Amino acid sequence: MNRERYSVGKLVLEIIMLALGLLFFFPLYLTIVNGFKTYNEVVTSTTAFPEVVQFQNFVTVWNQINFLGVFMNSLIITVIAVVGILLISSMAAYQLVRRPGRLSQIIFLVILSSLIIPFQTMMIPLVKVAKDLNIIDTLHGIILLYWGFGIPLALFLYHGFIKAVPKELEEAASIDGSGPFGIFFRILLPLLKPITTTIAILHSLWIWNDFLLPLITLSSIKNQTIPLAASVYFGQYTNEWHLAMAALTLATLPIMIFFMFMQRYIIQGITAGAVKG
Amino acid sequence: MMTVKTRRLLTYGIFVAPALIFFTIVIFIPFLRAILFSFQDWNGISSDIGWAGTSNYTKLLNDKGFIKSFDFTVKFVITTTILLNVVALALALILNLALKTRNILRTAFFLPYVIGGVIIGFIWQFIIGGLFPEIGAATGWAIFQKSWLSYPEYSFWALVIVTVWHSAGYFMIIYLAALQGVPKDMLEAAEIDGAGRIQRFWHVTLPLIRPAMTINLFLAISNGFKGFDLNFALTKGGPFGTTESLALHIYLEAFTKNLFTYASAKAVIFFLILAAITLVQVAVMKRREVEM
Repeated sequence: MNRERYSVGKLVLEIIMLALGLLFFFPLYLTIVNGFKTYNEVVTSTTAFPEVVQFQNFVTVWNQINFLGVFMNSLIITVIAVVGILLISSMAAYQLVRRPGRLSQIIFLVILSSLIIPFQTMMIPLVKVAKDLNIIDTLHGIILLYWGFGIPLALFLYHGFIKAVPKELEEAASIDGSGPFGIFFRILLPLLKPITTTIAILHSLWIWNDFLLPLITLSSIKNQTIPLAASVYFGQYTNEWHLAMAALTLATLPIMIFFMFMQRYIIQGITAGAVKG
Repeated sequence: MMTVKTRRLLTYGIFVAPALIFFTIVIFIPFLRAILFSFQDWNGISSDIGWAGTSNYTKLLNDKGFIKSFDFTVKFVITTTILLNVVALALALILNLALKTRNILRTAFFLPYVIGGVIIGFIWQFIIGGLFPEIGAATGWAIFQKSWLSYPEYSFWALVIVTVWHSAGYFMIIYLAALQGVPKDMLEAAEIDGAGRIQRFWHVTLPLIRPAMTINLFLAISNGFKGFDLNFALTKGGPFGTTESLALHIYLEAFTKNLFTYASAKAVIFFLILAAITLVQVAVMKRREVEM
């Protein structure tokens, strides 16, 4: 390609794209900026800078919705749910791949085909099941439910990955006297790290941001997750934009920080997850 | 002393059982129960559940709310699927030109995707309710002077715009990965053969990124059908229920009107429609992919 002509065109393109990128970021910028303003400032102009940078809105919101508490709820639910999904699915996938046969095939296909069922189809009886099991409106209850919902995709991705891992290492360890647990935890699990990262990222984003399952199963204030707590400022009659924007800033901050640090892995993980799924 | 065979069976059980148990309790039983519910009559409170035969299904065929919500969802899925894929592919093609700011652009376009749909919906309530009138006052453009969320047509487009803004970066990432897999020598060979930019795109690049297209169409259709968060947080299904997606409709019927069994029939129909469409789409697209 002729580079001389290219560089000018490219510069123009670059500027256009940067403008578009800024436009993409603008809604998030507005959210953050308005979190620092007083109510009157927000109503006067959404785009202007705050006259005085003050953290009063954040303090108010932090106390009103007990942000630390809801943040911890979201964190506990996400971490334990994801770790559980990883462990349960990788263990099952290991035996389903290494012990092929009709039973393994049926189990795999039945679990896999459930990926096509939308959550809304199961959610009505699910609430009843959760009530019957006495786990509704508890943190451990919703974690158990996430274990169930997270398994199909995780199992599918692990299954595909383990199939490509050569058996020889495991066989050698077996000859050296390792049992199935030793083989799984010491030999196989470390080899699964790339796919484990992918699954962990996909499921963390999903569970952290999930709204509908917490909405129908967590009714007490003390069990609320971040999205549930933030929705307090968007009720029918509330109009406190300055507090609402501070709440949304707080709500998006953890995931944005996570994204900034983990960007490479997130993008890799999302691509790998989508291509295989 | 256990025999080798029983020990192997025991190991198999210990490794596979947890997955099977959670799958059964959380997915399998509720799914079967939803089908059962759809033939029953229950208000969610009374202890006995009566049978309803197929009356739930015959009723929903004439249910204006359900049909309206179905129409909205189909219109929404078609619009967002086309726009998301066109925008994402355009962004990916431009970023693939090895721009200097490529990494930062990728981040900017992808960033909205990591934020949850409900939070996004609230943010845009503010943008539409607060920023748009200001733009309208400053520029005098009629389109920004209207209160978007009070008009059905504008609310629909608000949802479409926010969906594209939210997810285009995600689809872009998938296209970008596919574009990077297109061999340079093939494009060069086509160029030497006299193929122009558009011809190269149409006859070389496009057939080679078909798998990514299959995935993206599948994701756009399936996410569009299941859309709930934005409808809940941005438009609340309004005005007058014109933007009530099927997912939101089923939620409202079940959890605000306590029509558990009737909503279950709708949920089963919802499943059947979604399953049929996605299976057909994947089957059709797979056949057209080029083997490399």
